[in-house]
Amino acid sequence: MSGFFKSSIGRKVAMALSAFFLMIFLLQHFIINSLSVCSPDSFNEVSHFMGTNWLIQYLLQPVLIFGVVFHFVMGFVLELKNKGARDVKYVQNKGAANSSWMSRNMIWSGLAILAFIVLHFIDFWFPEINTKYIVGDTSGLLHNGEGFRYYEELHHKFESPLRVGAYVLAFVFLALHLMHGFTSAFQSIGATVGRKKIMKKLGMAYSVLIPLGFIIIALYHHFNH
Amino acid sequence: MKLTLKIWRQKDAGTKGKMVDYQVKDISEHMSFLEMMDVLNEQLVGKGEDPVAFDHDCREGICGMCSMYINGEAHGPDRGITTCQLHMRMFNDGDTITIEPFRAKAFPVIKDLVVDRTAFDRIQQAGAFISVNTSGNTQDANAIPISKHAADEAMDAATCIGCGACVASCKNSSAMLFVGAKVSQYALLPQGQVEAADRVRNMVAQMDLEGFGNCTNTGACEVECPKGISLENIARMNRELMKAAVNN
Ligand code: HEM
Ligand code: SF4
Ligand code: FES
Repeated sequence: MSGFFKSSIGRKVAMALSAFFLMIFLLQHFIINSLSVCSPDSFNEVSHFMGTNWLIQYLLQPVLIFGVVFHFVMGFVLELKNKGARDVKYVQNKGAANSSWMSRNMIWSGLAILAFIVLHFIDFWFPEINTKYIVGDTSGLLHNGEGFRYYEELHHKFESPLRVGAYVLAFVFLALHLMHGFTSAFQSIGATVGRKKIMKKLGMAYSVLIPLGFIIIALYHHFNH
Repeated sequence: MKLTLKIWRQKDAGTKGKMVDYQVKDISEHMSFLEMMDVLNEQLVGKGEDPVAFDHDCREGICGMCSMYINGEAHGPDRGITTCQLHMRMFNDGDTITIEPFRAKAFPVIKDLVVDRTAFDRIQQAGAFISVNTSGNTQDANAIPISKHAADEAMDAATCIGCGACVASCKNSSAMLFVGAKVSQYALLPQGQVEAADRVRNMVAQMDLEGFGNCTNTGACEVECPKGISLENIARMNRELMKAAVNN
């Protein structure tokens, strides 16, 4: 079994498994974010639960961080290995004649997502960790004690047009990453045999709808001030 | 037709190569690409120059030897063909055509456009066979019932001619379409089952050893493959390898 994950195919299967995990996480994150539009009260409650439940904080959160780090480190490893497999480049190469831009540029869309994750951590995750574990305030309440702080914080963050612009751009790159990635992950684990067409449709639906949803939520909070 | 050719010239594996420009005229649109190359070579020999070395054998799309990267695509701009089946009518009078060898670390250049594809032979030898006793009492293959669907898919996979266009077209120089086809051809048939786990394990190990890249599922190989080998064969190979890992 250890030999399997050292093989070229094993690495791709590991890549796909981490990607599945990230895609499930993304869906979950999207559903919670939608609450901030439909029902700020439920958004506050769910956020408080997610932020204070020990199972989520001490088990799922580290697993998620591992998943993200594993995915992009493996992405770099594969990219380097693949570049090394052709030592002399073509003088003329028509990549667009036989493959999509998305599929040939996973590393660039991935790097854009990575830059976004850094920004996102600075925006939300570090302040969260600071409030809860350094300041030690796990109440989840506003300074004046009048209700939960989560919705207010989120709403406030999306005031800046620069930040909203960066978020929108990042989600465009996420969509490009997933337009190829979704089907690719199923192909990597060998699940596309006999159902390539339906996989392509599902992939297109997921990779357009989810990022578009995130964009709409960001714009909603920006223009709703 | 009058054409300008930009061709990769390289004396041998140890010498640095470069692109060299040539002019050819009186090219008929009915000629195949290799016949056009023959015209150029006759011209070069006439002038006492070294002709351009290129691989070819059957000249009818069966052997898979003719391995050129033409205008940025393996076997040139047409689909479902090898270079020997590429017609000059795909080009226009006055065109400039870039001709390079297939590029991959695992396919080193031997001379000019000729590359060493014995890596494919070694992958085949690692498992693309079934061990049968040929004592004369071998069971008739037709005695084993096989579904039409499986037989068709195995036959499709078996049409791979080992040309290497998949490797040449892949941005990662991955050989997975070739190996996927070879693995599938046996995995789909009852005769292939006995050695299935060892076969996929050994062939993938040899593929990695040869220095081919990983698959990003771009699908470039499937588009450029002269035999239309489907990407599903790669998915099937991945599944076979996972199965072999779990059962071990
Ligand atoms: C953190 C920054 C990220 C980087 C640097 C990155 C990089 C990559 C790269 C280079 C690949 C292609 C691997 C290959 O050549 O086979 C890839 C595949 C993939 N990525 Fe990402 N990625 C990132 C984030 C994400 C996120 C957040 C998601 C989903 C929510 C995601 C989903 C996928 C999927 C589904 C695949 C296809 C997996 C496969 O082909 O088996 N990635 N990623
Ligand atoms: S899979 Fe297609 S492109 Fe690759 S070696 Fe076989 S015939 Fe050639
Ligand atoms: S020379 Fe045999 S396939 Fe082209």
